[in-house]
Formats: sequence, C-alpha cells, structure tokens
Amino acid sequence: MNIERQEIEKLATLARIAIDESTITEVAERLGSVLELVDQLQAADTSSLDGVSSGMQATQRLREDEVTEINQREALQATAPDTEEGLFLVPKVIE
Amino acid sequence: MHNLTIAELIKGLQSKEFTSVELTQHFLARIAALNSGYNAVITITADQALKAAAAADQRLAAGNAPALCGVPMLHKDIFCTNGVRTSCGSKMLDNFIPPYNATVVDNFEQAGAVVLGKTNMDEFAMGSSNETSFYGPVKNPWATDCVPGGSSGGSAAAVAARLAPGATATDTGGSIRQPAALCGITGLKPTYGRVSRWGMIAFASSLDQGGPMARTAEDCAIMLSCMASYDDKDSTCVDREVPDYSATLGKPIKGLRIGVPTEYFSEGLNPGTEQAVRAALAEFEAQGAELVEISLPNTGLSVPAYYVIAPAEASANLSRFDGVRYGYRCEDPKDLTDLYSRTRAEGFGEEVQRRILIGTYCLSAGYYDAYYGKAQQVRELIKQDFVTAFEKVDVIMGPTCPSPAFKFGSKGDDPVAMYLEDIYTIATNLAGLPGMSVPCGMVDDKPVGLQIIGNYFDEARMLNVAHQYQQATEWHSLAPEGITAPDGITATERAS
Repeated sequence: MNIERQEIEKLATLARIAIDESTITEVAERLGSVLELVDQLQAADTSSLDGVSSGMQATQRLREDEVTEINQREALQATAPDTEEGLFLVPKVIE
Repeated sequence: MHNLTIAELIKGLQSKEFTSVELTQHFLARIAALNSGYNAVITITADQALKAAAAADQRLAAGNAPALCGVPMLHKDIFCTNGVRTSCGSKMLDNFIPPYNATVVDNFEQAGAVVLGKTNMDEFAMGSSNETSFYGPVKNPWATDCVPGGSSGGSAAAVAARLAPGATATDTGGSIRQPAALCGITGLKPTYGRVSRWGMIAFASSLDQGGPMARTAEDCAIMLSCMASYDDKDSTCVDREVPDYSATLGKPIKGLRIGVPTEYFSEGLNPGTEQAVRAALAEFEAQGAELVEISLPNTGLSVPAYYVIAPAEASANLSRFDGVRYGYRCEDPKDLTDLYSRTRAEGFGEEVQRRILIGTYCLSAGYYDAYYGKAQQVRELIKQDFVTAFEKVDVIMGPTCPSPAFKFGSKGDDPVAMYLEDIYTIATNLAGLPGMSVPCGMVDDKPVGLQIIGNYFDEARMLNVAHQYQQATEWHSLAPEGITAPDGITATERAS
C-alpha cells in the first residue's frame, strides 16, 4: 500500500515526531507494509455484530470523590528536565 | 544453588540450609560473571539486595517469614521501582528514576523477595526479539547468535541462564509466552485484570498484563499468588479473590478436555515444533486427558486487528513522553513544537516511532471507522471464537510460536515478518484470556514451547495441568550448554 509523502508529513506533525527528509521514503515504505497487513480486516464479515463493539465488556468502577493522593510535587519534579519554583519550564510560548 | 527452583529455595531457606545473604551473593556473583555474555540484566541493585537479604534472614530466624522471604528475583525494567532507574528499554527513560513502586513491586517486597536488579527488554515492550532495546539485544543462552524472543527477553534469558530463579514480565501480544518458549522456561500471562498494571509503564492498556517467568509451573504458581492482587489504583484490576495457586497443583488431570485448534497447526509452523507439540499432547492423553479438535476461525485476523488496536493505544499512551515532565529532552529547543518533535524523534527508537505513526494514522479523521472501529469488531469475533470453544473444552493447547529461536537480524527490514512471530499468542490478549508457555521439546538444540490457553480466571487449572506435565517430563529442567548442572550433565546430554 502506497502512502504519499504529504501523508507522512501530516502524521509526523500529528504525532509530534520530527522525521528527517532523507528517511521519509523508507518510513513510508515500512508503514505501507504494515497497513497492507491491517487492511486484511476490511474483508472480515462483522455483520453479526451490533455497531462498534468495544471487545471488552468491563465497566468502569466508580469511587467516592475524595482526595486520596498525597502531594509529592518535589519528588515528582525531581525527575523533570527543567523546573523553577515548582513549575515545569518549557521554551517561551508567547511571541 | 542456582539450579534449585523457587520452591526448593524456599525450603532451603526455611530449614536453614543456606541464608538469603549467601543466596543473594551467589546470584549476584553469577550475574557479575555471566551477564556480559547475555546482556539480560541492565541494572544491578547489589547493595539494596544484600540489605534486603539481611533483613529477610532476620525474619526467617524469627520464624515469621512471608511466602517468598529471602528469595532473589529480577524485575522487568517496565515496572517502576522507587529510587531505581526504570528505563523501559528506551533512551527516552534512560535517566528516569521513579519516586514510587509499581503495585507488583510492592507485592514482592511485602512477600520478602530480594530484588537483584532490572532486566533488559524491547523498547516500550514493542518487539519479539529484544533487538529494539536501547541497551542492545539480549542473547539467547541456548544459542548466543539467536534472539531470546521479546519483549520480556531479558527476564527469560536471565531465568534460563540461572541468573535468577524467577523474574517478572509483561505480555501485550505474547511478550511473556514467546520469550519463555524461545528460552526454554515457563511463563504465564494471566487473565486481563488479574495483576495490577499500576506503575507498569503502559504500552497498550487494554492488552497489557504482568505475569511471572520461572523454570517450573510450580514456581510460577508461587510467584502469581504474590503478584496477583486487587488494586484500587488500577481501575481495570478485577476485585476477585486470589486463590492459592500452589494448593491445586497436585490434582490428577484425568478427564481433562483439551481443545486443539486446527488453525494453530497450519502453514508456517516448523515441522520440528509441530512434532514436539504433538508429542506433548500425546503425553496428556496418556495421563487420561481427552483431545478435542476445535476451530478458532478468526485466528488469521488477530495479527491485523492487533496492529491497529495496540499502536492506536500506544500512540495515546506514549504522548506523555514529551520532554517536559520526565525523561529525555532534546538540546536547545527553539520553540515548544520543536521541543516535542525533536525530543520524541531523538528519544524513541525506530519501531516505537513506527507504531506511534501507525496508531496516529488509524485514529485520524477519515480512517477511524475503517481501521479502529473495524478492528474492535474483529476483536469481538475473536473473543466469541474462544467463548464458543470453551463451552466444549477446559483448556486449549498448541504451539507458543511458529519456530524456535531465530538468528539476529534474520527477520530483515520488513516489520511484518517480525509481527507474524506472535500469530499464536496475540488472540488471547485480544480476548483478555490467560495463556502460558511450557517447555515441551528441543529442535536443533533450541527449546520449543507448548502454549496452554485457559478460560477467564482459570489460572489455577492451567498451572495444575502444566505441573502434571512437568512431573512426567524433563524438558523444563534442561539447562543451556555451558551452564552445567551440579551433576555435570549438560542440556544436550540430558536430552539424549
């Protein structure tokens, strides 16, 4: 299955993964091979099923709306690449 | 001491034949001496292990020791360990030191187990050969030019090489069973929801499940009794009593109905593997079990459905790795988008990037119904196949994977060739069923695994069945060449 170069660029933007120009053809080829595999699904007869099935019948558990987590800001921020005064630092967003 | 099973080690510790400190020193020495040949262990926690062993010895002396008190083991590097690097096999988390333990890690700590270190794995558990690890591939102790399987290849190789008597692992599409088969050990993927996923780094949340790897079913039973628990912190964890899996191992299996799916013995199965699996089935028949031919007609659709659902979930789960809160961050980002995009391009390996892109594609506008919606419907068909089969049989058996361990690089550049390695294991993840792999033979001096698939929450029966098989056969006690048993007999000699 062929995927256009533009399609790969769009996916790279959506997934926030920078793809080097020189590898786009290779990436497209390998993605195409996987999509060819998953396209076998289209031939499956699913008419016996009602609408979209989740495959999982489990329902989500509910709990009381109570605070159960303790504040671990310092411990959790200790692993961050860059913090200041309890905040995560990123490059300036506003021009 | 390294050839003893967990059950034997527990007895030895309780009868004071050896201490936990002696045992821990012994295994640490083996890791120091042998691990460079396998690359199975990527973090060694010697100081912590020796401290835990000393504490275990005190509890053993006081006579109030819990189940696994003083027994050394390893954790797959996907389980968060407080204060100890948890990399998930990725450059992205090469510097990540979690401030908390996974529930599974806590469970073993409370049971008194001694953690020797963390095992290598395919990056973010995406792979069937351990070739995608940032830390380099793990080598199969039976043939070091061959893969150990994946993604739990480090855990499997470590147990096979007697670097630890047991290890934790995880299975999303076969990641416990396939490496267990390729390394000649016993591994069990429990029913979805049996073991807490809290603190286990997520790949595909509706498929991921943690489980034990050890040399025998008896040891897997001991480990699973500790590993399985109800956990409020995992909303998909099932609130159901954990049986004592060791208590029912001895039940005779006369009258057991074993389903043999036609689709698991089709084209692509190695003739030697088939022969070994058929011989195992004959052994069960000899013990009074009945073989029933069954059909799982949608087996062929399981790999395509998996490669929509798993990447879709992965693309969402792995969006958290963005260089802001933890893990790798690229140098000198020029703006926020550049920070995200380059961090992820530099931090993730090729296979992980590919799966994120596939997932993004399948979930994107215009493709969602055709791919994700359809895959979920096919998942339901696959599940119904099993439900129908289990109306007639107690367990299902077949090969764990199509052939024994393959050589590094032999699956080439086409990702699909690697994906087909999990053709017999993926369906149980899609259905949420438990599955295990048990050594059942040797082909070209490499181990073959028998897969046992059970009904929902029927792990006790599967372990019982596997244990009865291991009481009558020797395959599980073979050791790889070079790792000679105390009686001086090597694996090949014993097999002949």
